[in-house]
Amino acid sequence: MKSADGAKRWLLVGIALAVVASYFTPQFNRYYLGIAIDCGINIILAVSLNLINGHTGQFSLGHAGFMAVGGYTAAKFSLVFEAMVPDSLKPLLFVAALTLGGLIAALAGLGVGVPSLRLKGDYLAIVTLGFGEIIRVVVQNMESVGAASGLKNIPKWTTLGWTFALAAITIYAVASLVNSTYGRGFIAVSDDEVAASSMGINPVRYKVTAFVTGAFFAGIAGGLYAHHKQFLSPTGFDFLKSIDIVVMVILGGMGRTAGVVIAAIILTLLPEFLRQFADYRMIIYSLLIIGLMMARPQGLFTLSFKKKGAASV
Amino acid sequence: MLEIDHLEVSYGSIRALHGISLKVPEKSIVTLIGGNGAGKSTTLRSISGLIKVRAGNVRYDGQDITNKPAHEIVARGLCHVPEGRMVFANLTVMENLHMGAYLRKDRAGIASDIEYAFTIFPRLKERISQLAGTLSGGEQQMLAIARALMSKPRCLMLDEPSLGIAPILVRSIFDQIVAINKERGLTILLVEQNANLALSISHYGYVLETGSVLIEDTAEALRKDPQVRAAYLGG
Amino acid sequence: MEWFLQQLINGLALGSIYALIALGYTMVYGVLRFINFAHSDVLMLGAFSAYYVAPAIEKVLPLPSVLGALVIILISTLICAGIGMLIEFLAYRPLRNRPKLTVLITAIGVSLFIEFTCQHKSVFGADTKPFPQLLPATDFHVLGLIISSNDLLVVFITAILLTALWFIVQRTKMGTAMRAVSFNQQAAALMGVNINKIISFTFGLGSALAAIAGILYALKAPGIEPLMGVQPGLRAFVAAVLGGIGNLPGAALGGLLLGLLETFAGGISGLSNYRDGIAFAILILILLFKPAGLLGKATIEKV
Repeated sequence: MKSADGAKRWLLVGIALAVVASYFTPQFNRYYLGIAIDCGINIILAVSLNLINGHTGQFSLGHAGFMAVGGYTAAKFSLVFEAMVPDSLKPLLFVAALTLGGLIAALAGLGVGVPSLRLKGDYLAIVTLGFGEIIRVVVQNMESVGAASGLKNIPKWTTLGWTFALAAITIYAVASLVNSTYGRGFIAVSDDEVAASSMGINPVRYKVTAFVTGAFFAGIAGGLYAHHKQFLSPTGFDFLKSIDIVVMVILGGMGRTAGVVIAAIILTLLPEFLRQFADYRMIIYSLLIIGLMMARPQGLFTLSFKKKGAASV
Repeated sequence: MLEIDHLEVSYGSIRALHGISLKVPEKSIVTLIGGNGAGKSTTLRSISGLIKVRAGNVRYDGQDITNKPAHEIVARGLCHVPEGRMVFANLTVMENLHMGAYLRKDRAGIASDIEYAFTIFPRLKERISQLAGTLSGGEQQMLAIARALMSKPRCLMLDEPSLGIAPILVRSIFDQIVAINKERGLTILLVEQNANLALSISHYGYVLETGSVLIEDTAEALRKDPQVRAAYLGG
Repeated sequence: MEWFLQQLINGLALGSIYALIALGYTMVYGVLRFINFAHSDVLMLGAFSAYYVAPAIEKVLPLPSVLGALVIILISTLICAGIGMLIEFLAYRPLRNRPKLTVLITAIGVSLFIEFTCQHKSVFGADTKPFPQLLPATDFHVLGLIISSNDLLVVFITAILLTALWFIVQRTKMGTAMRAVSFNQQAAALMGVNINKIISFTFGLGSALAAIAGILYALKAPGIEPLMGVQPGLRAFVAAVLGGIGNLPGAALGGLLLGLLETFAGGISGLSNYRDGIAFAILILILLFKPAGLLGKATIEKV
């Protein structure tokens, strides 16, 4: 299948890039290196949210919540076991931490996916928003993860290589899931849930799969983020962070992987370019969101746009 | 009274009307017949301002009303009873009638028109404080027509008044349409699937097919036309 | 028992404010079917309008005083009604008939825009400002309970506004038109209703209520800042969904319930830190069992 080949190509290119990047990493300027890692993390977040919002047509406003679950789980795990493990096994511990973070986030995804069976549109958006807020409040009150003052001294294990490799795996996983015969169901559910279910597609299973898979990768991204910034605070996972990810998906064009990847990169770099206008940065950002919705709601990288019937009233 | 000249309408890239022209003389009943997708409803919707016209124009009372907003067209005395009735289900029968008189200020006139509506459709009076959503299909159609009359129109456009209504009520609704035309001198543009019934009360008719006028003639002549009989009147 | 009554009074006062804000969310949802995220910022702008109007009024009328407070509230209300209508005209009207998601994201953008603009140092600045004492405040001690005059006033004003709103929506031509538009815009247009005017009016009305709520909230809060609307806005929004969004009595009921729940939960030690989360947890639970909210009617999607 052509698109599956495309997904494999992504994977190969990404892994190759990761290997090359990790080889040259010591020569990179630390500032640019940091930004490159941010790009990779945001790609994972955006592509995984795209599975939920774009491909499956659900509307989640709580992606930062999954990221927080994964980030805190992974960070706590590393902090607890760091001293017990010899240096040579540290990469293994890192993988274990990321995986655990992803799995716990996936569990949270299951928790959100189940209510989503009954809810649609705005209501679902609110439940996911509420879920994100609940996570934040819980973390804020958990002494074991630093509560409001944050979790500090997380080992710096995230490298450019790890980030790119995981971004490539995310893209590959989402693309091959959606492009498989099974995966056509996602698009069917997104296009018309009632019609899909009358064709024997079980929308419930697809929605839950989308939430669980999306949350898993968001959790991985959270783990990478934790071991990159070495510090986590509940305020970093608020509503605004979820909106950031949503904007990346919309800018890229819902359900379009390549566009979403490019959008994630642009939106990571944009604040850096706007640094000299620091005071106006967020004002410009909000205007950008409004402008985008008015001019190109279908995303920057989508050529055709299904126009609805002639305007009425 | 109502003149449509080379009207073109599209939905996205799909052309729905290919230059339709028709005339509705004052105090007459004119019917549009045709199959599904012929463009009958689209014609009415573009006249009443619900959808944008691409080309051509609509003249009412000698004035150009093409692409005017729907609420301005009502104000000129041209009222549209849309397909599916669209009564306000969350409002009572009385509130629905008052919505019909939204643009009027003459309390006495409104009260007497409500009385008139109740004389032509006595069933509505029995349901006066019921929510419109609880009415039967036929009663909702009566309400939709009565509500349209409340705006004191001089021309009424009716879209499929017989759709989904018990046959016994269809006859009485059509009798009232004739009565409104005769007693109040209202001009009526009627769209109807039931071509036989529609032509039986009309003066003039147009047969639409895929967005164009296929045949036009007096209702009498159309009923005798073999082509129309074969296609629309069941032989 | 005393504790219970005290919490009840505090909860009613807080819930009244939520109810006022929730009405705005629900009215806009009723006519346009989307969540106006910028509503919580109109609330903040209401408080700031009062903050800037108060010194000017003080030159003419004594403050704190009932008359002075009423004048300030009236002016701020008018300002915010105008802002609400302006937001609708500039940001939402061009997006009419677009997919709901597009409008929702735009609303979030508008909200962020107002918040960040107001935080800018040449606008309001991000710091917390002390809110002027508009009303002479006294505490009444009744049966061992402490009832502040502000709380009483909040409940009183809310009761009046709810009655007025009920009257407008149920008994006036404008209100009937609002209900007609919320049921079916096209059919309303065919009755001669200018849809844009009704939608504009709805925004104005909702924003006016938000402005009053903002001032009442500011009277109880330690101070005002550009993000002050976010938390009460979110709660009120939860309240609106709780009551069944689009349903006016539902919004009022949801607001009161949420205010009471929050106050009672806050009064129990150990739960108070989780107050922000509790509102959402309740919302999720309710939506799971009654997806259309407490008073909302479940609609079956037609195919």
